Amino acid sequence: MVSYLAKRLVFMIPLLLGITIICFAVMHLAPGSPTDLQTEMNPRVSAEAKERLRALYELDKPLHVQYFSWVRKLAVLDLGTSFSPDRRPVADKILERLPITIVLNVLSMLLILLVAIPIGVLSAVHQDSWFDRAMSVFVFIGFAIPTFWLALLLMIFFGVQLGWLPISGIRSLNWEYLPPWSAAADLVKHLILPVLISAFGGLAGLSRYMRANMLEVIRQDYITTARAKGLSRRTVIYKHALRNALLPVVTILGLSVPGLIGGSVIFETIFAIPGMGQLFYMAVMARDYPTVMGILFIGAVLTLLGNLLADVSYALVDPRIRVSE
Amino acid sequence: MEMHSDFWERFRANRMALAGSVLVLLLFVVSLFAPWISPYDPEAIDLKLVLAEPGWAHPFGTDQLGRDVLSRMIWGAQISLKVGFVATGIAVLIGIVLGALAGYYGRWVDTTIMRFVDIMLCFPTFFLILAVIAFLEPSIWNIMAVIGLTGWMSIARLVRADFISLKERDFVKAARAIGAGDLRIIFLHILPNAMASVLVAATLGVAGAILTESALSFLGIGVQPPTPSWGNILTAGKDNIDIAWWLSLYPGLAILVTVLGYNLLGEGIRDSLDPRLRR
Repeated sequence: MVSYLAKRLVFMIPLLLGITIICFAVMHLAPGSPTDLQTEMNPRVSAEAKERLRALYELDKPLHVQYFSWVRKLAVLDLGTSFSPDRRPVADKILERLPITIVLNVLSMLLILLVAIPIGVLSAVHQDSWFDRAMSVFVFIGFAIPTFWLALLLMIFFGVQLGWLPISGIRSLNWEYLPPWSAAADLVKHLILPVLISAFGGLAGLSRYMRANMLEVIRQDYITTARAKGLSRRTVIYKHALRNALLPVVTILGLSVPGLIGGSVIFETIFAIPGMGQLFYMAVMARDYPTVMGILFIGAVLTLLGNLLADVSYALVDPRIRVSE
Repeated sequence: MEMHSDFWERFRANRMALAGSVLVLLLFVVSLFAPWISPYDPEAIDLKLVLAEPGWAHPFGTDQLGRDVLSRMIWGAQISLKVGFVATGIAVLIGIVLGALAGYYGRWVDTTIMRFVDIMLCFPTFFLILAVIAFLEPSIWNIMAVIGLTGWMSIARLVRADFISLKERDFVKAARAIGAGDLRIIFLHILPNAMASVLVAATLGVAGAILTESALSFLGIGVQPPTPSWGNILTAGKDNIDIAWWLSLYPGLAILVTVLGYNLLGEGIRDSLDPRLRR
């Protein structure tokens, strides 16, 4: 197992280099340059000043030189300096925004698990019942609904019409002056809609997946055997079948990382949440190359770790799977 | 593709497939006849009628520039359809070629292509699309290209799997024995047998492309106003969220129905092609 892990981790390095080369190339080969964007509003900028700006950002060097200098810095965990006027280190900018994105994603993941697993199991156990039918309609709609639209509808309903929930940011303006208890309540109120929305997309997928797994397990011989030796239907389903149907879920959790990261761009922009997705959106708009590269890199690392976690945990929980050496 | 009468029989009996076909057909009609159906010019500004509530003259209300929302949605259907089909076409083309090469030749060709697929799958795709579009001036052509270029991986995997199982079959050996070249075997003998799964994936892909386009347009980096698209009407809905609910409600409903239609159709085709796959 240890040697397998080591091998996988070593394999991640060329994969990451490939990903970053593609990102780097795509970004730099696209027409236009960050310096144009920063100087186009200023008619007094001379060609010489533009050159100085390009030299400051090291954009005047050949592409491969720029890439190698980026990788060299990365080797000592330095993601470079942002092109935005504050000129702060990219790593700092990302680190201060990562926690809120992670908290939101973990919360929505928990919500997905708590709701989707029971739905999937009940649908499978009572296959073709009214519940199963209702849930499959729900799943179809869940797959087709644009999450940002659902966000707008919930904002209109709970925020504008009923006035129950705030619709932007993660805290109220007077947050600093609230006693700790109401400050916490304030934070929770701000998080309800974003978490609901980001969970909704995953809900449909996981409950369908869970249903399919459960249906497959119920048909296995050992389930028939358990029934034949006289165990009640209930025990068989909730002790024998459920455990086995739950195994593949860990894989799905690992594989859903890229979707969650991508989704955070949309709902962080809608709800004005100062997380990594919003930072990425702003960096892309400002052509802040180092910040964009930094976030893409972290996103890729998280995705690869998610994949690895999926494979390893699957091997750990299911003794039938042997990792191939 | 083996389109026996069996297929059509099952297809007709499948309620999902039927509902999907009706919805998709309806959308085709609406986008094809947009110039005649749409009650107003979708780009005609009327500053005396800004943000008018839905009523007799404007069933879905007007937007922040007094343009008729229903007309903009009808023209928006055309845009969605174009983006969905062109983007999926690009993805299918790339997916088929790379998947066929990997599956047919195996060895290092397979390893190289599949490593590349792995790399592409590691991207948070939406991040990549966002970055590329923002850097390349948002336009409808760029959106189609980028959605297509980032969406071919699952099709490549499907085609590769089909090729691996099909290339050892007798009819391929027979073709090779009578002297058919690699290209001929790939495209004329094996590919037609692998098209069924591609068709299903492509139908579901159109739905995905339409969803992605609307999200990009919503974020302001997709189809650019004044060209109407469901996504950019929703942007106006967000900007006027406290006063104009109709700008948010109707375009989203249109996206939902469209995507639902393609998904139902795709699942329906899958079930009808092979009832054993039914879940």
